[in-house]
Amino acid sequence: MKLTGAQALIKSLEMQGVEVVFGLPGGAILPVYDPLLDSSIRHILVRHEQGAGHAAEGYAQATGKPGVAIVTSGPAATNIVTPLADAYMDSIPLVVITGQVATSTIGTDAFQEADTTGITMSITKHNWLITDADDIPRVVREAFHVATTGRPGPVLIDLPKDVSNATMEWYWPRQVSLPGYKPTTKGHPKMVREAARMIAAAEKPIFYVGGGVVRAHGSEVLTRLVDLTQIPAVTTLMGRGALPDSHPLCLGMPGMHGNYAAVMSMQKSDLLIVLGARFDDRVTGKVDAFAPYAKVIHIDIDPAELGKIRHPDIPIVGDVRSVMEDLLVELEEVRESFRDISLWRKEIHSWQENYPYTYDRSHEGPPLKPQFVIERIRDLNTDDTIVVSGVGQHQMWASQYWRFEKPNMWINSGGLGTMGFAVPAAIGAKVGRPDRTVWVIDGDGCFQMTAQELVTATTERVPIKVAILNNAYLGMVRQWQEMFYDERYSEVYLSPDLPDYVKWAEAMGCVGLRVVDPSDVDAAIEKANSITDRPVVIDFRTDTQEKVFPMVPAGKSNDEIVLGEEGL
Amino acid sequence: MNSEISSIVPIGGAIRTPNEFRHHILSVLVENKTGVLARVAQLFSRRGYNIFSLAVAPTDDDRFSRITVVVDVDTAPLEQITKQLHKLVNVIKISEIDPDDAIEYELLLATVAADAATRAQVIELVNLFEGRIVDVGSTKLTVMVTASPSQLDDFEALIVEYGLVELQRTGRVALQKLGKPTTKRKQMKGKVS
Ligand SMILES: Cc1ncc(C[n+]2csc(CCOP(=O)(O)OP(=O)(O)O)c2C)c(N)n1
Ligand SMILES: [Mg+2]
Repeated sequence: MKLTGAQALIKSLEMQGVEVVFGLPGGAILPVYDPLLDSSIRHILVRHEQGAGHAAEGYAQATGKPGVAIVTSGPAATNIVTPLADAYMDSIPLVVITGQVATSTIGTDAFQEADTTGITMSITKHNWLITDADDIPRVVREAFHVATTGRPGPVLIDLPKDVSNATMEWYWPRQVSLPGYKPTTKGHPKMVREAARMIAAAEKPIFYVGGGVVRAHGSEVLTRLVDLTQIPAVTTLMGRGALPDSHPLCLGMPGMHGNYAAVMSMQKSDLLIVLGARFDDRVTGKVDAFAPYAKVIHIDIDPAELGKIRHPDIPIVGDVRSVMEDLLVELEEVRESFRDISLWRKEIHSWQENYPYTYDRSHEGPPLKPQFVIERIRDLNTDDTIVVSGVGQHQMWASQYWRFEKPNMWINSGGLGTMGFAVPAAIGAKVGRPDRTVWVIDGDGCFQMTAQELVTATTERVPIKVAILNNAYLGMVRQWQEMFYDERYSEVYLSPDLPDYVKWAEAMGCVGLRVVDPSDVDAAIEKANSITDRPVVIDFRTDTQEKVFPMVPAGKSNDEIVLGEEGL
Repeated sequence: MNSEISSIVPIGGAIRTPNEFRHHILSVLVENKTGVLARVAQLFSRRGYNIFSLAVAPTDDDRFSRITVVVDVDTAPLEQITKQLHKLVNVIKISEIDPDDAIEYELLLATVAADAATRAQVIELVNLFEGRIVDVGSTKLTVMVTASPSQLDDFEALIVEYGLVELQRTGRVALQKLGKPTTKRKQMKGKVS
């Protein structure tokens, strides 16, 4: 069967089981958009290619399937660079297809030419420039394989226009042959056994649970591991939900804005059992002073993470779920010799009791406390609600105050910290999981970066709900300027009224609401929950002064954690 | 190229201070595909690793090329460098070659000022290093020497006295010595994610 390159691409995507792609057409990708008309694949037309990339990320995180985006060459390719970098940092499987100028004009500064593979080399797991239409099925197959196996991540296929137009004889490769790509998934049995012994003997062990556990679908095994060992676990920003927050041994988020018990349990620990986490600086604070008494068992699918920041006493390369399963078996064997760690649990429990997250709950009347708004959205929704956040104070409060009971319910930009992530990512999540309610907790600054995608949401009937915690500031930056730059505020004021978020929402076909008084919070949330045919945006007027606590100042040791205003 | 003697720039040993303790040789077998060298080079620059020298050439199997790269382990632990390299999909195998246990060669091309007064001395020096005169001009000679990198350092230091017009070195290529115990040769299998 003869197909054009473009037809072969679409057919290859169908063969991979792709149901939805996010994109926006243009010159170099035009040939691909024609066979798309005849395909079963749903195309969501975004308003900016960054939106396509983030939507694909949200889709991937909500469904566990790779997200796919198709955009044209040059400016479209550069517009999707941010989502690629974001997905690379947070290990999100993404397949991005970019158009490219015809092979004969590559290198001549042709119209809308950019060196896409060169630009994206360091922010993709791998990328391909296809120069022969015959290669299309093979490359698509390889691309999905690389994106979804090992440590997941984004890949990119650059497709020149003449290659899309060329004809080829259709085939579908039965297998992938990549001699240099062989992820290790099974943990070394001897190392696993040693790890079990070390865990059994530890006096102050802690599970340090990262996003890898979520990616590996390891929540259920993790819960069994925690139940068996009765060892408390911290869940990082990317790992929130890997262990239910309601689990008595779940300590929640560690790190720069983590709670005292989570931070201190790592600082005082004698054994960190690191599961799919990577010692991010936002978790460790000053590395030399991080968990100074702890031995380290580090389990990760990416060998390069082992020893990158902290030397592991027991390094185990492998899929974290598979290794946890093996570890469970080994731990059962040494069960009798488990050391009694009830004192350690008691110590941690007293930290939890004495230093929970706090804010002024007695505060009445405007402005709203942002934490209060999040708590109300949380309590007026079920555990099956997907929460998507932007980057800033509101993100930290969302992670602190939401109660995550299941994995893949919390979608945020952790590693790259990309403002503007939330609205498009939420669209992708809702497209992937139409059965779930999707709430965005966004900042006023973040919202303004990608809000136009609400036009996409309205057009495509993707009824997401957006809570803007409108503090009229680039709040997180304001907080740093207040605390570390003598309250010298430089370029952080945004205005609460400009833009008028309600009118803006309405102009984009959404329902727009504004809440100023705490007594109106519930009604607005309930109204939003009741609207299912279009997106809703709520402009919550929140307290400009509110700061995120606790806080470990950047570059300081975690021991110097500041609990609140008084600690300054 | 300005042929005035006054334009001669010393490109001698002064700019190269080899420190064999810091420098490790990695022999990296890669797929012979476009852009592979760029991937390797970009990885080094993005992660802040220093390359001391780099040579790339096809192998007997035309599906593969071999990159011989001398890395500066002061900028990052060798283990981290090899692990990051392994993450490149086109990297098949990485062998670390212990300098004590390696056959290392490098090629040097140099154009040297050599007038009637000095020509004989230059030729003698080249002969001492078993090199060859590959081009002859009225006041200059172009010479080629193939030797170990440290011998080339010596040659460079000596030849610079006569006035270097231009100098090119290829960077070393290396292979494991034969018939030696293999314990010193660490081989890291392709673990990738
Ligand atoms: C694209 C991008 N630019 C700049 C920043 C730096 N930055 C981090 S948080 C923040 C403020 C975010 O403001 P807003 O969305 O209003 O959230 P708030 O902190 O007020 O809750 C900024 C500017 C960033 N993370 N991403
Ligand atoms: Mg704000």
